Amino acid sequence: MSKLDSEEAIQEKVQHAVAKKLPLRIEGGNTKLFYGHPVEGERLCLKDYRGIVSYEPTELVVTARAGTPLVEIEAMLEKENQMLACDPPHFGAGATWGGMVATGLSGSRRPFTGSVRDFVLGTKIINGRAEVVKFGGEVMKNVAGYDLSRLMAGSLGCLGVLLEISMKVLPKPECEQTIVKSMSLQQALEEMTRLSSEWLPLSGAAYYNEQLYIRFSGGESVVNNVIKNRMTTDGGEIIEASFWNDLNEHRLHFFLTQKPLWRIAVPPATPPMQIEGEWLVDWSGGLRWLVSDADSAEIVKAAKSCKGHATQFNRVYKGEHLFEPLEGVTKQLHTNLKQAMDPMGVFNPGRLYRGL
Amino acid sequence: MSQLYDPNLDGDVTVVDKDLLVSRLHQYMSTDLVLTVLEDKKPFECDGLSAYCTVPLIVVIPETVSQVQSVLRTCYEMRVPVVTRGSGTGLSSGALPFEQGVLLVMTKLNRIIEIDINNRIARVEPGIANLAVSEAVAEYGFYYAPDPSSQIACSIGGNVSENAGGVHCLKYGLTVHNVLSMEVLSVSGERYTVGTDALDAPGFDLLALLIGSEGMLGIVVEITVKLLPKPPQAKALLAAFDDVKKGGEAVAAIIAAGVIPGGLEMMDKIAIQAVEDFIHAGYPKDAAAILLCELDGDDATVAAELETVTAVLKRSGAIEVRVAKDEAERLLFWAGRKSAFPAVGRISPDYYCIDGTIPRRELANVLQKMQDYSEHYQLAVANVFHAGDGNLHPLILFDANIPGEFDRVEEMGARILELCIAVGGTITGEHGVGREKLNQMAVQFSDVEIVQFHSIKNAFDTNGLLNPGKGIPTLARCREYRVLKSRRVDLDG
Repeated sequence: MSKLDSEEAIQEKVQHAVAKKLPLRIEGGNTKLFYGHPVEGERLCLKDYRGIVSYEPTELVVTARAGTPLVEIEAMLEKENQMLACDPPHFGAGATWGGMVATGLSGSRRPFTGSVRDFVLGTKIINGRAEVVKFGGEVMKNVAGYDLSRLMAGSLGCLGVLLEISMKVLPKPECEQTIVKSMSLQQALEEMTRLSSEWLPLSGAAYYNEQLYIRFSGGESVVNNVIKNRMTTDGGEIIEASFWNDLNEHRLHFFLTQKPLWRIAVPPATPPMQIEGEWLVDWSGGLRWLVSDADSAEIVKAAKSCKGHATQFNRVYKGEHLFEPLEGVTKQLHTNLKQAMDPMGVFNPGRLYRGL
Repeated sequence: MSQLYDPNLDGDVTVVDKDLLVSRLHQYMSTDLVLTVLEDKKPFECDGLSAYCTVPLIVVIPETVSQVQSVLRTCYEMRVPVVTRGSGTGLSSGALPFEQGVLLVMTKLNRIIEIDINNRIARVEPGIANLAVSEAVAEYGFYYAPDPSSQIACSIGGNVSENAGGVHCLKYGLTVHNVLSMEVLSVSGERYTVGTDALDAPGFDLLALLIGSEGMLGIVVEITVKLLPKPPQAKALLAAFDDVKKGGEAVAAIIAAGVIPGGLEMMDKIAIQAVEDFIHAGYPKDAAAILLCELDGDDATVAAELETVTAVLKRSGAIEVRVAKDEAERLLFWAGRKSAFPAVGRISPDYYCIDGTIPRRELANVLQKMQDYSEHYQLAVANVFHAGDGNLHPLILFDANIPGEFDRVEEMGARILELCIAVGGTITGEHGVGREKLNQMAVQFSDVEIVQFHSIKNAFDTNGLLNPGKGIPTLARCREYRVLKSRRVDLDG
């Protein structure tokens, strides 16, 4: 089979699938294959469609092809003292630029800097009529036409094949320090609320194994000052920054489980949730990871009652839904949107929801 | 090619049974909330772009969400188009009424429903003014970040429709980055929620799609916005340049130095002089350009960044760098910028504001070409520029009373927008397409992209009742405009 290393080659494959109404299973580095439902379909692998299209450090924009390894882009940014401020997890060496956007997963910096979706500026995709279309662009502000670029983020490939994505990047902080202190979950959540309500150079706030982890980022003297003040008033000790990477990449012992792992996004000040299991808190309280055998419906309902939502993240639980089920108008709009972007239903059918 | 609705280019118009519609509206709304006679409707004939006016068939001013729902149900059943309007400060004729349609005015839905300080959110109705949200949470030390220059008057609902920005959006983001969830009514009046009170939501990102959709996909009736703690310190710097190009280079140099300022604005000589004569902000009137740079955060960060930026500005050839000596002077620097439009309004009978965005590296080139256009059309241009994010606001000065002058303005405006596309930018950074930039959509997007947009519209509003003739042109209009454009004299060499 020929390499899918050009727009034309990919387009041709999509044309064929559309004409024959054959489902396609879109993949990049396959590092996030566990996320979402399995897809039955012919493999459309983007990993050979790679390369950086443009990078202008002073414009704060990178445009790259979907199959470009995330490590390659991060290394390039590092040289210019810049970064992807949405902190995307890799979950493996082969993680790609396109996979980052398709899954839309952001790391610990997210509540302080923004999500993958927030940093998307433009996309070039192949739609379900096998046409190459571009939305958004490479500038910071762009309100021409509907925002189909950001719609792609987190859509798990169900609306189109990502070819190129432009993302905003940010300068890397000069200095980062992490401080850790033992306390109860209740105390940690209160502390996170207090810290997030002040103007502080916060870039991480997590709770794991009875300990609160707080990261500050900024100029060296600023960070050192904040750390010194905090240690004087609240105690705690400085630790290695590797904790955050282990958290983002799910290398902490907590994540190495055979039980169902739940990702529960809630308003940050939500009190400890009363579900049996082990908890890890990130996003200054806004993201709760739960390892639990509790009933799926109970977990989804609890998250919803807190005005958040729950996702069965590691696909261990064999339920009908991994993501919170849609209802009413929202469900209908999802069906209509799928029809608008992918009328033949060829892109990753069922990965997000059955029928989409 | 007229900007006003043209059935040949924009789609057929069905004549509405006005009496029947009014009688049905009166079933759930008192007569003072349903305006039917010309003198009552006249004030609503345009939004902030007064060059384009259409008197609507009926104006309704609901007081409750349930009334909005009823209006939508009635209009859906009778197939009556609905144009939604907030405070009417929009600059792209996004709220231009439809002659055979209802203008749905949301200003009475202006309550703050809830402030939740622990979760740092506020739940508000769409008619509330942008600034009123920040004022309501100021006592807790918080604010709502997006700050369009019209923030005293413009509504949050309108901000959502246009994905409004402001002078602080390079650092703090646009409306889309500062809204968590919304309650929306579909075209038939059914209520649904997009987003959650958490930082993301299951399924497709409908929130991102609805924000900036110019009232064409749904009617927003409740918005949950993020609140940010107010930075304890803010300092403003003013740098003067004898050459606009040096100012543009200074902006790139600041960002290269790793600083993202809270605000970074530029003005050219005409704008500086107009502002200075208007509010005496202390701007150097002999400068070719000034940069206003705001640094905010904790004291130590601001002090460190102030030092870095001052050094960068001097290295970039600034002839003067001045730090506002106190809070009063800082506010004065910004008052000058925020009143740039009315200031220009004083030196010219009329002005027309353009909203293109470009990659910043193209600034010198674009300014030069705009100068060429200015000479060709014999129309002066004052430049105000969100320099940090490349969003230009050239103001074309003209006199609407001189026959034919506005036609020249429109053509020159079109050229500027098309230039923005040519250098890799966009026709609108924050004001929206509305009615105004419909033709240039045909230049920025291909037919297949336009068709894709129409299919998105169709997913939400099959009968095309919400804000018809806005945002996305028909293919017929695209074709017509491309022909017209190809016949123009080439000024770009």
